[in-house]
Amino acid sequence: MINFSDIKKSLLISVWFMFLTFPIMVIRVNPIDKIVEWRWLNMILVGAASFIASFAWKHYFDKKEKGKSVKTFLKSGHTVFINNIADKKRFRLSFAFILFASAIIFPFIFSAYQVNIITTALVYVVLGLGLNIVVGIAGLLDLGYVAFYAVGAYSYGLLNHHFGLGFWAVLPAGALIAALFGILLGFPVLRLRGDYLAIVTLGFGEIIRITLENWNEFSSGPSGIANIQRPSLFGLELSLQSAAVYIYFLMIALTLFTVFVVKRLQNSRIGRAWLALREDETACEAMGINKTKTKLSAFALGATWAGMMGVMFAAKTTFINPASFTFHESAMILSIVVLGGMGSVSGVTAAAFVLILLPEYLRAFSDFRMLFFGAILVIMMIFRPQGLVSGARRAYRFNKADDKI
Amino acid sequence: MGKRGRNLHRDIILKFNFDSVRFMEYFFELLLGGLTRGSIYALIALGYTMVYGIIELINFAHGEIYMIGAFTALIVASLLTIYGFHGVSILILASVAAVIYSSAYGFTIEKIAYKPLRRAPRLSPLISAIGMSIFLQNYVRLAQTSDFLPFPSLIPEFGFMRDYEHIFSSAELVIFIAAALIMAMLTFLVKLTRMGMAMRASAQDRKMAMLSGVDVDRVISVTFITGSALAAVGGVLIASHIGQINFSIGFIAGIKAFTAAVLGGIGSIPGAVLGGFFLGWAESFATGYVSSDYEDVFAFALLVLILIFKPEGLIGRSKANKV
Repeated sequence: MINFSDIKKSLLISVWFMFLTFPIMVIRVNPIDKIVEWRWLNMILVGAASFIASFAWKHYFDKKEKGKSVKTFLKSGHTVFINNIADKKRFRLSFAFILFASAIIFPFIFSAYQVNIITTALVYVVLGLGLNIVVGIAGLLDLGYVAFYAVGAYSYGLLNHHFGLGFWAVLPAGALIAALFGILLGFPVLRLRGDYLAIVTLGFGEIIRITLENWNEFSSGPSGIANIQRPSLFGLELSLQSAAVYIYFLMIALTLFTVFVVKRLQNSRIGRAWLALREDETACEAMGINKTKTKLSAFALGATWAGMMGVMFAAKTTFINPASFTFHESAMILSIVVLGGMGSVSGVTAAAFVLILLPEYLRAFSDFRMLFFGAILVIMMIFRPQGLVSGARRAYRFNKADDKI
Repeated sequence: MGKRGRNLHRDIILKFNFDSVRFMEYFFELLLGGLTRGSIYALIALGYTMVYGIIELINFAHGEIYMIGAFTALIVASLLTIYGFHGVSILILASVAAVIYSSAYGFTIEKIAYKPLRRAPRLSPLISAIGMSIFLQNYVRLAQTSDFLPFPSLIPEFGFMRDYEHIFSSAELVIFIAAALIMAMLTFLVKLTRMGMAMRASAQDRKMAMLSGVDVDRVISVTFITGSALAAVGGVLIASHIGQINFSIGFIAGIKAFTAAVLGGIGSIPGAVLGGFFLGWAESFATGYVSSDYEDVFAFALLVLILIFKPEGLIGRSKANKV
């Protein structure tokens, strides 16, 4: 299996990486005090890690090259397991029931802190599902998704601050405003494809953030908006503890609602139009699909969820500022979609939980979180572009027997 | 770029703004400042445009290569200062180290993140590039620091420039000349060498180039190495001019340089240079006469407008969409 030339190659690779990371990983100078810190241990670590990684890389790469046909690749290893359980209806029902029951019991067992973490994870589930519409289903790479999140959050913050509007009034309003922004972004980029679209959306996201940062009269700049109202329960003001639980249940309801809507959308006429758009724009137009309408609806519907979550986020934290809406946030949501599998609802949900909860609970790990997200994007694209759970497409089977009528 | 410094400058200028001599001086300061800025953007934009020309990929990690170049230069320069080197020798050694390391990074990134995705759908290498960019930023943040580090001003001040220093500093002069020299060298490489011919052939039609015996993989590697080296030079020059760097400088610089590349018509080398200068001037005048708070917004807005109204750029050709 492992022969001499492989080892030699891996050794070379590890030497190369030791060279490559030498100035950044090993030397740290303090230019003011003129102190040099040599961290030789890092070099050894890099060497060892790249040596091992090169074997893993080769192994998985060969495996992927061998299973080039998508079908055999899909059926390898644990995917079979996941897909199989997903297929068994009884198992699925009981699984859903257990999940639901534990979600209900959860806030009564754990502290408000834990409840808050899960609420955050749920927010990302919905954000992931929203971006999934745009990126996963319609194939429009949106790198400025966080802009809509910001729009929602600021809608609530400002409407609450100036007009005293409550959470329930702004939730639909925020969603609507975000959807409008989605269309606003969608119109000019209708003609753009793939990579240009990505850059323009990225620019759009940054423009919104920088504007919020600098337009002091409107958004009170980098200091943000504080003292935003928490959602009220039939006009009742809740204590901090019970508000956390209340928001948690709201989030559960919203998540279920989102999952339901996205699932329905996926198999609807417009959902299939999105898929067609993703596969081939020109061919899709030739099939008589209205490209303008399809693209705009993808942007608008994707943005709607971000807007709603923005309102939720503002209500949950009671404080917002532009620093919460950087490109990193967009990248994080994108990693969730990519890891989960573009177009797969269950995959995105699972990925959101993994990517948000892992750094929360492994404190030592939380510093490395963005590093990890970046690596996920690269590794997933190379080894598993369809994500952990590949989205199931509705297929219309053609039976020979039917033909002989 | 050094926001505080420029704001201060602007405030001083504004005081004298009524004087017409001052007004002309201010105009020239902005014009020449835009030239310097533009030459840096052009240096970085060349990397984008060359890579895009051959493999049709927006190399998102290109800005990070520029950042790594600047960091390497900072580390080497600080080491040399501590060990007692002086003046120009530091500048040269630090630049050489930056070029070597940036090229090595460019080469490795291509091998890891893009080469396995040559035949994948278009979105895949793009997402991989974004991932690479985030990874590299955080790699530098964790291995070094997230604070802004002071960068020594490596470029010497010339005596003959003393009278004009307030309009056009020696550093700016050096940046402009260095950028012009490097672009001339690049033109030579692309137009007159065998490798350059192979590059142009691969950009025109990769398959056909392969059939005519061009080692396209090697051409792509060389393209990445060249582009990275240019970015590294840009990184060293600008870092030394501004005087501070941190791990996130590559992101904005990258997007701006990409804007420059698109402005000129992506895939076209003279286009990137032209776009760089155009963007440099646009930004310089917009921040000088309108407001510096929205400095980055100008670039982004320009990018969005160009992509929407003239996606083929100033001197690029438009391509028909294929099924």
